[in-house]
Amino acid sequence: MKTFPIIRVVTKVLIPYILLFAFYVQFHGDYGPGGGFQAGVILAAGLILYGLVFGLDAVKKVAPPIVVEKLMALGVLLYAGTGITTMLLGGNFLDYNMLEHSLFPHYLPSGQHLGILLVELGVGIAVTAVMTMIFYAFAGRKHIA
Amino acid sequence: MTIIVFAILALLATTAVIVARMRDLWAAIMFTGIYSFLSSSWMLILDAPDVAFTEAAVGAGIATVLMLGTLALAGKQERRTEKSPLLPLVVVTLTGGALIYGTLDMPYFGDPNAPVHLYPDPSFVEKSQPDMHGLPNVVTAVLASYRGYDTLGETAVIFTAGVAVLLILRKEDEEPETSASPADVEALR
Repeated sequence: MKTFPIIRVVTKVLIPYILLFAFYVQFHGDYGPGGGFQAGVILAAGLILYGLVFGLDAVKKVAPPIVVEKLMALGVLLYAGTGITTMLLGGNFLDYNMLEHSLFPHYLPSGQHLGILLVELGVGIAVTAVMTMIFYAFAGRKHIA
Repeated sequence: MTIIVFAILALLATTAVIVARMRDLWAAIMFTGIYSFLSSSWMLILDAPDVAFTEAAVGAGIATVLMLGTLALAGKQERRTEKSPLLPLVVVTLTGGALIYGTLDMPYFGDPNAPVHLYPDPSFVEKSQPDMHGLPNVVTAVLASYRGYDTLGETAVIFTAGVAVLLILRKEDEEPETSASPADVEALR
């Protein structure tokens, strides 16, 4: 699809906003609608759009499969790791009240807020990576992009 | 408002029938994308923007791309079936009838006495903001904190699904590009 100028230009204009919206949904998910899963699929949709228009090789340069497949596991590990951390701090698994701290109380989230932020980030990373890897697996079978 | 609701529901039903009747798979996939966008609008009307995001991104975006990718591998036309469609029609009609009969018992939409609004304790909604350091979003609080363990399980499910797809579909990058025909590869196996 690289040869269609209108598609190429429109995609180039849209992708930054798609990515920005994904980050908004991710980090504003505690206040408004959204969260890790939604942000992850929006981010992955942005990457897939890029891959469809500019080719599989181009998007593999942006998000190398070797990195993305590790991010799949990293997301789950970040989620479970938050739970383990709260256990090490003396609470139950995923008991975010243990993450309470008094460092810059108005700027850094703490306690429940910090816990939610971390696990949502884990979900977001895992979902983005899984969706992107599935796209690579499908698209890599035959030259469709 | 009601006009929009009726229009969207009518379009949803029409799209579903079109998808079911269509033989050209490429067009059918486009129609499933339209169906996803319509249901996403419908969920927005039902005040569920999170679900609407997900439906638009997954249903209309990623799923459509993946189905098109499958189409590129599997061919564009659906094969005509020789069997009589009578038995499937009876089964579908019976199941649909049973489902509609089941909905007759359900509470009306937005009914404050519906079980879903009484259990678990409605004080969940009231206490979540003080519990969560003033985070106003109850949905996030329930998903990530009160039911954090469930969401961990869901994330693990997504991860497992991703690993499974990779194991089945992935082409080995290390495999040297040879000019052997598929028959030769089969013979080697």
